[in-house]
Amino acid sequence: MSNILVYTEKTELALELIEAARILCRAGLGDEIKWLSINNRAQAEESAQRGIDSWVVKAEGITIADTAALASIIAQASRVLECDTIVLSSDRRGKELAGRLAAKLDAGCLTDVKALESAGQDIGLVRNALGGATVAVQTITSPQKVIAFAPGAFPCTEEVPEKSGAVNELEITGVKASVKVIENRPKDAGTVDIAKARILVIVGQGIEDKEDLPLVQELAGKLGAEIGCSKPVATDKKWLPEERVVGLSGKTCQPELAVILGVSGQVQFTVGIRDAKLVVSVNKDENAYMNQMADYVLVSDLKEVLPELLQALG
Amino acid sequence: MNIVVAMKQIPDLQQVRIKNRKPILDDVPLTFGNIDRNALEAAVLIKEQVGGSVTVVAAGKEGLEDTVKEALAAGADQAYLIICNEQEDIESSISAKLLAEAIKQLGSVDLVLFGEGSGDNYSSQVGSRVAELLDLPQVGYVERIELTAGELVVTRSLEDGKEVVQVALPAVLTVVTDLNQPRIPSVTQILKAGRKPKKVMSDQELLGAVPTPKVKTLSNLAPEIKRKQIQVGTAVELVEKLQAEGFLGRA
Repeated sequence: MSNILVYTEKTELALELIEAARILCRAGLGDEIKWLSINNRAQAEESAQRGIDSWVVKAEGITIADTAALASIIAQASRVLECDTIVLSSDRRGKELAGRLAAKLDAGCLTDVKALESAGQDIGLVRNALGGATVAVQTITSPQKVIAFAPGAFPCTEEVPEKSGAVNELEITGVKASVKVIENRPKDAGTVDIAKARILVIVGQGIEDKEDLPLVQELAGKLGAEIGCSKPVATDKKWLPEERVVGLSGKTCQPELAVILGVSGQVQFTVGIRDAKLVVSVNKDENAYMNQMADYVLVSDLKEVLPELLQALG
Repeated sequence: MNIVVAMKQIPDLQQVRIKNRKPILDDVPLTFGNIDRNALEAAVLIKEQVGGSVTVVAAGKEGLEDTVKEALAAGADQAYLIICNEQEDIESSISAKLLAEAIKQLGSVDLVLFGEGSGDNYSSQVGSRVAELLDLPQVGYVERIELTAGELVVTRSLEDGKEVVQVALPAVLTVVTDLNQPRIPSVTQILKAGRKPKKVMSDQELLGAVPTPKVKTLSNLAPEIKRKQIQVGTAVELVEKLQAEGFLGRA
């Protein structure tokens, strides 16, 4: 019989993957969940507290930046541990790894999987398609499967005091480093993650004047919101950093309130905000597609409406 | 330096309409993904710096010879095109095999560039798959490329920071849109593009037997979204609505 192997270098995401893997097990894709940890013993201890058996690989000279080497280690481990399904996280490192590992194992692979649903005999993997215009339900038909789950798609699995998982060592040989890390520049601790914001104010190209940005900041302050933006505001205008981009190539957000200022509403954007509880669209174009995706629509010139909003909020 | 840029032919997403929750793809023109254009621009910039050639490799449907003109106009020297007859989207494992085989046939290649994800499916697998099939080192999500003797120093952009990585050539990189601003070709370049060499093959000619897909699509529909779509007249009215919804505290 076959098992499910879970790997990501980020422990918090691994805890989410356990929840996803449990659903896959119940759907018949595996008997047992096995947690692989590379050069990270502390992570294995976390797994033990969740009642999951783990295998620690000591790979000297291999860093998490080395996709080729990691794929070799995981492929070997999957054979030794008899795992046909490998579950990864769909963050950037994880997605990059997923394709390489899938090619190595001749496996079918889906990334950015955001939900699981039963589909007759099979388990359907749910992900956005066509640039976010549609949501596809797909299955992997090959015996070997690599599935990368979107961060945040599943809750973290809880500790189980009554059952402790075993921590094992696993020896993997013959893996060579293929890249060398020269420098790591972590983001400042103060960096916000708009994906976790409760309220978002989102700047689109309808804000034509950079001088209006302080007004948007004031508005965000009054609402207790973080500021996000559409992609062109970050990549073309460079008004805001890329980490604030909402949409297909940015963040997928589920705020309770999204106040969207001057975004036309192409699907590549709306896919990042369609799970918001309440959506407000302010746009001078009454036919903006964004307005159809909103609960409250104010058709007005942003230049005029921003001061009015600030005044109305007191 | 011989550089290959892999590009994916996709429907122009701005022109995809939804009817009864189904995407309507008939008559939607085919184009290349935006991030693919950044990969091409990076290749052309490197060529301008150190010499060599830029080859576009693409798998797609009929009409690919037209689609590729924009890449040839934007600085590629030649194209290697693989035409697939199936109406369905080409599954990632197959598309990677086609691209890898085409790249092998090109002979000596120093650098293979991909966009970090395609504009339509955005699964970001194919670059990594091709790197594995060619047994080359890879670095993904690159926002800066520096060329030194026989090596690259690249900066990759990750969720939690930047990472500067050294990788020997030949290598596969996937790039992010921040890397550069793709050029807009001049009229002369567009006219010349039609005369640049193109090699066209079918998937069967290239691989013999085309492998079966490893992924099956059960459904692909636009999500049902129910919004109130209430139009308000003024900023004051909007603030009242938000208060009624329980936002803005009880100020």
